[in-house]
Formats: sequence, structure tokens, C-alpha cells
Amino acid sequence: MSDLEDKLYTVKYTPDTESHLHPDEQSCLRCSSKICTVICPANVYEWDNNKQKLVVNFENCLECGACRIACENCSLGWEYPKGTKGVTFKQG
Amino acid sequence: MEQRENKTDVIVVGGGPAGISCAITIARAGKQVVLIERGKFAGSKNVFGGAIYAQPTREIFPDFELSAPLERKNIEHKFALLTEDSATVISHKKKHENPVSYTVIRGKFDRWMAEQAEKEGVILVEETVVRELIVENGCVTGVRTELEDYHADIVVLADGVNSLLAKQIGLRGKLKPQDVALSVKEVIKLPEEVINERFHVNSDEGCIYEIFGGPMLGMLGLGFLYTNKNSVSIGLGITLSELTEKGLKPYELLDDLKKHPEIAPLIKDGELLEYSAHLIPEGGYKKVPLLFGSGVMVCGDAAMLVNNMHWEGTNLAMISGKIAGETAVIALGKRDFSGPALARYQFGLENSFILKDLRTYQDLMEGIGERAEQFLGYYPKKISSFFEMFTSVDGIPKRQKYHEFIKSIFTDRSFSDLFKDIISVIKLLWSILLK
Repeated sequence: MSDLEDKLYTVKYTPDTESHLHPDEQSCLRCSSKICTVICPANVYEWDNNKQKLVVNFENCLECGACRIACENCSLGWEYPKGTKGVTFKQG
Repeated sequence: MEQRENKTDVIVVGGGPAGISCAITIARAGKQVVLIERGKFAGSKNVFGGAIYAQPTREIFPDFELSAPLERKNIEHKFALLTEDSATVISHKKKHENPVSYTVIRGKFDRWMAEQAEKEGVILVEETVVRELIVENGCVTGVRTELEDYHADIVVLADGVNSLLAKQIGLRGKLKPQDVALSVKEVIKLPEEVINERFHVNSDEGCIYEIFGGPMLGMLGLGFLYTNKNSVSIGLGITLSELTEKGLKPYELLDDLKKHPEIAPLIKDGELLEYSAHLIPEGGYKKVPLLFGSGVMVCGDAAMLVNNMHWEGTNLAMISGKIAGETAVIALGKRDFSGPALARYQFGLENSFILKDLRTYQDLMEGIGERAEQFLGYYPKKISSFFEMFTSVDGIPKRQKYHEFIKSIFTDRSFSDLFKDIISVIKLLWSILLK
């Protein structure tokens, strides 16, 4: 995990106050794989076992869209952050 | 209709190679064009492996080599086949008079392209997200951003691999995990002289690595390494379905790749400048969406125009953008923006290398994907073990070694596996060369 934190530390973000990622809580409860918590290149998604819901660290999102396509129930509401927000790649 | 506020001839959504090439083509013909980019600047949301191609870039920017921010001209292309502890490398090196490709930093290069477009009359609107297309009587007539509506005779979608807009109007269906690859990349800072030494190049020359196997042995994925002036871009792309089915984290695969004995010395003591991730369209010809509709055309990654066999994407983006731009100019001349009028775009793509190449490889990914463990796991290991045998000196007579190696091809696996591989290869060759 710390390795990934080092990586994300190099990325320039302008975080919004509200999330651009909207998981459907009911679908997440039924989802067996929670695949978004595995494949996301920025570990945006974590499953909170106590609260039985997905924690979304949307501030770290690299806006790749992998979660949208991988989502088992195709239930993830995914949109681009606002025009002034989100990731800014300097290298790309 | 002509009296509307915020009305222009053409709106292009997306400031990448496709959108910029399209917009500049339209502006050069003297038409009004607005290019809308969601990032802080053109290029700020864009990621790729590492190289742009000279010939197609010249088609859009004839003298780009004089002023564009280029890193290095590539003179060597290496194909490295990695097992856990070995590497078998083939290299093609040639100092072309006219370089085939240059490494670039997209944050600089795309911005430069957008500046050229502005100089030629394109109106660039940055930090603006198009939330939806405005459709009237089945015809796309504009875009809705967070702040206001913009109207146009034609809207060109160059909004990238996720193209939510093409999906909105039904040009594109839902993508599946096998239709895209997830790519993660690190740009690692190294002194110019160190890069020159490690890659045996001069200061303006670069080297490309295509990396098979390694942590992705047996999987539909590929690693890459490009040399920039003062940095090295290393990354990998792996079909999203491999990650979902095997439960793998992409950055852990990249960390493993960076530790491989063939790769580690190349990036040793480098400082991480930036980590990034992006999707790559992998579906090929069969996943190309409807390319046009009434008042709308789709270009570049949004149209899934990537030739993954040859690591080509930006060139297909630029040329598809150019053809869409030419089509828009003709349509504006005739004041006909209907689907049939824009069908010229599709004909243009079909008559160019773009759809011809995608058609050539239409069965490739599926064919290899079906036997990924064989073609990307067993055979690479076999090639490595052949060279290990060939270079070994251990008192065992050579003929005995050859016999044992050949025998192993028939005894490692069942005959039916071998038979299926041969059939797959024949089918693939037939589809690539003849079909």
C-alpha cells in the first residue's frame, strides 16, 4: 500500500468537494467480487465491512474508467469530474 | 437556427490528437470551430505509452519537427521476452534519415498541438466538461456543458476511450472488460547521459522496448519502455478481463516488471516523476462503434481506433480526426449534415490504413486471448529454454540436447493442445494475410 501512496503522491490533483463516482449501495451489497477494490490503479475503492458499504476515495481517482467497465452489476455511476477538478497529468 | 446564441459551424469535443487534428483541418478551410477540452489544458488528461509517429503527424503539422516539443527520435526497437529469471531479446536498430517516431511528453506535446490549432483559428475552450449532447429530431445539434449550451451544425466526438457521449446517443454499446486494456505507467527521471549510456544512444536518439511475459507471462498484456530526454517511461497494458478474472492489481504487476533483472538496471536510481493510468481500446475492428450519425462523427479512441498489434493509436487518432474534419468542411459547403452526408467519413476510414489495418487484425486478440496461456506463457518459456539449451556448456552432446528439446514439445502437453495451437496459428495467419 505504501508503494502506491508514493506513486499517487507524484500525481497532481485538484480535488472536488463532492464525488464524481456514485456506487449503487444496494448493488454493492449484492456484489460478490467487489472487483473495483482490486483492479483500480489508485485503490479508490475500499470495502468497509462494519458499515457494509463502499468507501470511495474519489480524490485519488486517475479518471481511467476501469471501474466503470469492470463493475460486476454495471451499477457504478461514473462521470468526469468538473472541468476545473480532478487529475492533471504533466507527463502523460 | 442560424440566429441561435453560442452557435458555431463545428464543435469538437476533446483536445487530444484526434480532436485537435479535426479542429485544425476545419479551421484551415475557413470554418468556425470550437474545441472543448475538459482538462486544465489540452493534454492534461491524456496518457500514452510514449511515441508519436512522424509521417501521420506531418500530415497535420507539416513542419512539426522544427518547433514541436520532441524528446528523442527512436532508432531502436527491442522485443524482450521475459520469463521469471531470463530474457531473450531481439532488436532492430536503424538510424533513419526520416525518423519513424519520436518520444514526447503528452503534457507538452498536446498543448503545443492545441496552440498551433489556436494560431490557425480554432477557438479552444478548456476546463469545460460536455455533459451531454443536444439532440433535436434525431439530429445532434449541440452540446450541454456544466455552464451553458453550445450549438453547431456538426459535433465531432473525440472524447477518448470512455466516450460517454457516443454511448449517450447509442453510437456505442457497453464495453466489456475484454474490450479494453488497463495501462499503468511511471515516468522515471534519469540524467540524460545515464540514459544515453544505458540504452547505447546519443542525446537525441531513443530506444523502445516492447516487453512480453515477465509478470504477465501467460496473460494478454504487454510491457513497454520508452526513453525521453531526461526520463524513461515504463508501463504495461493488460486486458481488463485478465485483472478481473485473476484478481490482480495493475500497479503490483508494474512493480514486479520494474524488479525484473532485465529491466531493473535500466531504471536504477531513477526518481519517480509521475504515475498515471489510462484505458486502451483493445476490441479492434469488431468493437468499432457506429462512426457517424445525423450531425455527429466519432474519432480516435472514442471510435476504438487502436491497432494494438503495432502499438499504434495516436496516428489513427490524428488521421481519423483529419478525415472527419474534411468531411465536415464538405458537409458545411453543401449545408447537409444528415447521416448520409457524413457517411463520407466512414468511406474515408475504410479506404485508409485505419480500417484496413483493424480489419487485418480483427481476429487476432480473440485468437490469442483464447489460447493466452499457450501463446503468451508456454511458448515464450519454450523459446527461452531453447536459447538456454543452445548456449549451455555442460558435457552433454549437442545432438542429445536437440533430441530432448524436440521430444519435450510433444511430451510437455497433450497432443490435442499442440494440435489446437497449430489450428489457431493457421486460422490467425489466414485471417491476417488473406481473409
